[in-house]
Amino acid sequence: MLKQVEGSAAVAEAVALCRPEVICAYPISPQTHIVEGLGKLVSAGRLAPCEFINVESEFAAMSVAIGASAAGARAYTATASQGLLFMAEAVFNAAGLGLPIVMTVANRALGAPINIWNDHTDALSQRDCGWIQLFAEDNQEALDLHIQAFRLAEELSLPVMVCMDGFILTHAYERVDLPTQEQVDAYLPPYEPRQVLDPADPVSIGAMVGPEAFMEVRYLAHAKQRQALELIPAWADEFKRVFGRESGGLAHTYRLEDAETVVVALGSVLGTIKDTVDELRDQGVRIGVLGITCFRPWPTAAVRAALANAKRVVVLEKSLAVGLGGIVSNNVSASYPGSPDDVHTVVAGLGGRAITRASLRRVFTEAIEGRLEHVTFLDLDHKLVERVLAREREQRRSGPIAEGILKDLGVVAAKIG
Amino acid sequence: MTHQPIRFYQTGTFTVGNRLLAQEQRSVQAQAGRTNSLNSGHRACQGCGEALGARYAIDAAMDATNRQLVAANATGCLEVFSTPYPETSWQIPWIHSLFGNAAAVATGIAAAMRVKGRENVRVVAQGGDGGTTDIGFGCLSGMFERNDDVLYICYDNEAYMNTGVQRSSATPPAARTNTTMPVGSSTGARFGQGKNLPRIAMAHEIPYVATATVAELRDLEAKVRRAMEFRGARYIHILVPCPLGWGHGSAETIRMARLAKETGIFPVFEAEHGEVTNVSKIRRPLPVEEYLRPQTRFAHLFKPPGHPEIIARLQQLADRNIRRYGLLDTEAAS
Amino acid sequence: MFQVRIHGRGGQGVVTAAEVLSVAAFREGRHAQAFPSFGSERTGAPVVAFCRIDTRPIRLREPILAPDALIIQDPTLLHQVDVFGGLVPAGYILINTTRSFEELGLEEFMAKFPPDRLCTVPATELALKHVRRPLPNAALLGGFAAISGQISLEAVSAAIREKFPDKVAEANVAAADEAYAYVRREMEETQRAQAG
Repeated sequence: MLKQVEGSAAVAEAVALCRPEVICAYPISPQTHIVEGLGKLVSAGRLAPCEFINVESEFAAMSVAIGASAAGARAYTATASQGLLFMAEAVFNAAGLGLPIVMTVANRALGAPINIWNDHTDALSQRDCGWIQLFAEDNQEALDLHIQAFRLAEELSLPVMVCMDGFILTHAYERVDLPTQEQVDAYLPPYEPRQVLDPADPVSIGAMVGPEAFMEVRYLAHAKQRQALELIPAWADEFKRVFGRESGGLAHTYRLEDAETVVVALGSVLGTIKDTVDELRDQGVRIGVLGITCFRPWPTAAVRAALANAKRVVVLEKSLAVGLGGIVSNNVSASYPGSPDDVHTVVAGLGGRAITRASLRRVFTEAIEGRLEHVTFLDLDHKLVERVLAREREQRRSGPIAEGILKDLGVVAAKIG
Repeated sequence: MTHQPIRFYQTGTFTVGNRLLAQEQRSVQAQAGRTNSLNSGHRACQGCGEALGARYAIDAAMDATNRQLVAANATGCLEVFSTPYPETSWQIPWIHSLFGNAAAVATGIAAAMRVKGRENVRVVAQGGDGGTTDIGFGCLSGMFERNDDVLYICYDNEAYMNTGVQRSSATPPAARTNTTMPVGSSTGARFGQGKNLPRIAMAHEIPYVATATVAELRDLEAKVRRAMEFRGARYIHILVPCPLGWGHGSAETIRMARLAKETGIFPVFEAEHGEVTNVSKIRRPLPVEEYLRPQTRFAHLFKPPGHPEIIARLQQLADRNIRRYGLLDTEAAS
Repeated sequence: MFQVRIHGRGGQGVVTAAEVLSVAAFREGRHAQAFPSFGSERTGAPVVAFCRIDTRPIRLREPILAPDALIIQDPTLLHQVDVFGGLVPAGYILINTTRSFEELGLEEFMAKFPPDRLCTVPATELALKHVRRPLPNAALLGGFAAISGQISLEAVSAAIREKFPDKVAEANVAAADEAYAYVRREMEETQRAQAG
């Protein structure tokens, strides 16, 4: 059924259709509307049986999900930013134990300085945690990926993180096609755990493993993720069969035919990039887009194939490997058949900085004209940065960096976007 | 009170020979059909109080729940010595996730059982004092305030023994640990620090809180059984001496636990919904010195020239417990 | 694509207005995208919300920098925030106020825009009358339907009924109706003035 709803509401509805049995809720912007929506559905009796637990921290949220999943229940939680870091120990643990928990991450920057707006540094900080990480381009895909996530998680006995851009998607009202319960039931069978805490058949889960076998356990985690590279497209195909639309998969390409320049990105910024690419195509520029849906496991072959004929690659990422440059671009470089020198990193949109068509057009043109540096920061205010550096050269007690920058910047309330 | 202590002083001990009791009064451990939930062959040290406490507590819980029990375990000695993969001593469904989340994992298990209509399956969470009073405190308090249907058992050996004896917030004043060394002007762990978790649990007004020691194992069993009669959050805090960390002989574990109780250092009581309902009386209070002297963690208090003022302060703490909980057995004294 | 930017203050239903507008456009079979300016703003702080309407799916995620229409829920923002920033030539402007452009000190500025696309409406007063709370958003959407012709009053009313509980919805629909009629009258007067 077509509906015009907030992204969070669409995800809450989709998760409810997946019949989670235990939901752990802890508020953190911009994820909160999702668990609020689910809480309402549970209270109203529309999602039953389901235990909705208001926990005391994100660490507890993931820990309760671990217990519930290990006891054979379909478990779900949602978080963002600091919350994801606060639960990081349990995030790794859930993957290590092979528990098929599904979690939404409403992507948001990491502090300090504290910032509630969108970028991808939260999810990408957990890229090696062993979870499958899927990134949604719009709210329809966010909704669809949650349904696929439960299927994927339970088939592989691995947790899956569905990442959607905080505010930009979670708080955006747009049209979504909500599937029926029958469709979801046809796609997602009841959870049959590989391991379960049951007095009828006692097992010990999560004991110590020494050097004699730890490598093998970790290798199996890796092997399972590489296995997922085959299963993810297969289940996306099956999704299309049941739901009648394409969603998910490893990566999407856009206007890649004869493209000399390929822009690689994750998440909702792909929409703005595609609009920009259309404009450039209209001017005869041979440029295309590769959108990464599945960041972990990294779809090496799909990326390599998509970039096979690219003369240059621009990785536009809402993340920063401090001291290196790009996180996504580092992954892309490793899969690019050409020279790593032709893979440009454009760090953009950190902490909610708007990514506009105008800026994208400028940076893509610079890349095409060979004027783009290896690592650049989109719309960075160099003057502002210089003033801080100058102040630091001049005085020892230069004060808190963020405060100094904001003082230099002046009032921001008058600015739009 | 469900458990009537039987005085058997003429043997010179406070223990009770099972064979002198009626069948139904005998301990769970005396039953041929005991579950051996924590089976033999594990790798605990000689004289480990925690292994003893866990064995009695979990077998009693199995007995009380008709063997429908799942356990979540915090990281710590108990977890490490019981499960060097692929071996496991646990004969019950058991999970170890992290150091600080056993209470929350147990909440998740209980929620799963409830949602599946299997509320006959009961859940125990267990951890040492570090996993309970320090790193797991947030999750524990959350489990308490939500009144989740979990029995949390803390095996308190008063320091981080798994990592080689470091101070926890359950370490008593004046005790030597590797992070509270009595060197220079220091006399071990400081006074005025630490937290009293049974009282904090009571402040959550959860249905049931009890303390116990491995010196009175029938009392421990009775408390586990009592705890299982309640739904909601329950907490049992068991004092489990550690020969390694306390520095006493491995044959002295039970004696140390008994002295902790008989001096008033460790009050043994039960509380329901935030109010003390029962205390284990002390027949003849012993001076704390008798408890302190056999333990090398307090040896610095007795080395010449000695620290009588520190011992006096510890005695004051014991005396305060005796007053606060009414531990003196006036009936026996008269 | 038609782009609307709504300015107001936290607590005035600015974000809700954009959402309701998107629902109204959706009900008319169009694609719409509504999103807030994503602040951790408290009650009273300047807030911006956006709504894009198109016949095709909307992919663009940048904030609305060149709006086709502006709805200003709080006239006290006029001289604090660059509310008119980027407004396209011949853009629509609807301001919630009982005062005239002249009284607001905007006469000179407004002269640059076609007069039939500018309007004020006492939306707060209409809201107080019908909803009994100073929430001007529904009334302004009624006014927006009248001035822009981009959306029907029926779709706005239906969207209000979808978004609010029954009683509140009817009161807001009444406010939107009256604002619609008010703006239509104002526009007719403007047209007469232009013709005369």
